[in-house]
Amino acid sequence: MVNGKKLVVSASPHLRSAQTTTKIMLDVVIALIPALIAAIFIFGPRVLCVAAVSIGSAVLAEYISRKVMKRHQTIGDMSAVVTGLILALNLPSTIPYWIAALGSVVAIVVVKQFFGGIGQNFANPAITARIVLLLSFGAQMGNWVAPLSWKTGITTTATPLAVEYSKLESELGVSLVDMFLGLRGGCLGETCALALILGGIYLLAKKVISPAIPAAFIGTVALIMLIAGKGDLGFVAYHVMGGGLLLGAFFMATDYSTCPINVKGKIIFGIGCGVITSLIRLFASMTEAVSFAILIMNLVVPFIDRATTPKPFGTPKKEKKSKEAAN
Amino acid sequence: MAEKKSLRKEFTKGLIRENPVMRLVLGTCPTLAVTTSIVNALGMGISAMIVLICSNIVISALRKIIPSKVRIPAYIVIIASFVTIVQMIVKAFVPALDQSLGVFLPLIVVNCIILGRAEAFAGKNGVIASAVDGLGMGIGFTIALCCMGAVREIIGAGTILSGAESLLSIAGITGFDGITLIGENSAISPMTIFILAPGGFFTFGILMACANRIAESKGKPKAELGCAACPMAKNCALLAKGEACEEKKEGTEV
Repeated sequence: MVNGKKLVVSASPHLRSAQTTTKIMLDVVIALIPALIAAIFIFGPRVLCVAAVSIGSAVLAEYISRKVMKRHQTIGDMSAVVTGLILALNLPSTIPYWIAALGSVVAIVVVKQFFGGIGQNFANPAITARIVLLLSFGAQMGNWVAPLSWKTGITTTATPLAVEYSKLESELGVSLVDMFLGLRGGCLGETCALALILGGIYLLAKKVISPAIPAAFIGTVALIMLIAGKGDLGFVAYHVMGGGLLLGAFFMATDYSTCPINVKGKIIFGIGCGVITSLIRLFASMTEAVSFAILIMNLVVPFIDRATTPKPFGTPKKEKKSKEAAN
Repeated sequence: MAEKKSLRKEFTKGLIRENPVMRLVLGTCPTLAVTTSIVNALGMGISAMIVLICSNIVISALRKIIPSKVRIPAYIVIIASFVTIVQMIVKAFVPALDQSLGVFLPLIVVNCIILGRAEAFAGKNGVIASAVDGLGMGIGFTIALCCMGAVREIIGAGTILSGAESLLSIAGITGFDGITLIGENSAISPMTIFILAPGGFFTFGILMACANRIAESKGKPKAELGCAACPMAKNCALLAKGEACEEKKEGTEV
């Protein structure tokens, strides 16, 4: 924050980078396109309308709120587009358009602009908006459509996590390969594991996100599920690909302003997300694990950051200090 | 004339400028808990206002008799007596309201606004001024609760004044039990989160911002309790030196 000062004096090193917010956000949009295409293929052309409404209202909400608050315009940085797109990917395809638009307004105005705009939000806007919508419109938010049924007439189904793993094939007719390809009921963007992994790899290759959070998050869930499933790898795959874990781990937990700064902090954050997700999935009555895990961990990020502040070079070790104090 | 003017000031300060909920941020627990509907908010506001006025009068009348060392227990006893009376009245005449307010009705005993006014005002001022102060603060509290109740009920449940019959029946009016804005078959459905706890916090924050804005636009500084109401004022080392303490600094900085 420059705060209108003409001369900014800051400590070295002074690195110049060609990276801008707009470029990063554009990369995230590119990374989400495979998931969007997969969603159109699986859930029909209505997906495009939902995404358009969600993105459009997010950008409009950003524009109007910046205007009303008399702050400089930030719609050019594409962050509202990313929020709108991620929110759309978090909705079922049958969602009424007004709910999608309302979700975008909550994400942009309440979660982001009330706290000062980009970089100042206390939690991931898309996740928070999703939870607000879920608590408000439970029926519409849980209206899952069977994959590919848009061609023949829409039928509803349950998400894989809503049925037990042992009954996955017999009750839903969904195999693990189907889950990998996204042929299952669920939110628009969370079903196709293949597309999400492609997008994640793109972001990792472009160094937009660091691998620490997705690795710690997914790894923790996989490890806990391995123990809970008594070594059944199919059970692990079912939990890794089920729900919104991949979408959450790659695209929402890695939001810059709501994740810790250091690698150590990021790993703690990822493990925390994974533990909460696993606990909710294994012991709670609801299937909504990833959103709540990310939101809860978002709120403790300031504490993680404080606990993992790196020691400046040349300063005495902490252990020594405490020993001296004890003496 | 001067007396009258200051009485008017004591009355109006509670409405916006020193509104107990929106500006002094006192009594937030009942504010968040009972404002799921306008009727609940109104019932809570009126009950608290009656207790506040009565306790202010009695505490102010007894302020020279109560030793300052035991003043807080003495205040609590006085407040608790009035709360018990109000609770019995509500139970007898508006049982439906008593059920929906639940434990928050007896909890008026520990409402910060009432103890705060006793400590900050009634314990130092005359009976009439204290009564007027209680009335102003009570109305301010009721207005704040009703604003929150209105927002939360309209958005969260799609009704206005639902359950009004229980209050109106005391006045002998029957047959009006609120208006349904969003029916079961309408295209949109109410946003349930607003009658849940998170919606309460959203509404509270936004209304607080609005109240600050209104007070600011009238050129009034940000409200603060000041050292007079601080229970630590007697032992405060900073105050002895003539400096402001951390809490006060934070309040004046903005």
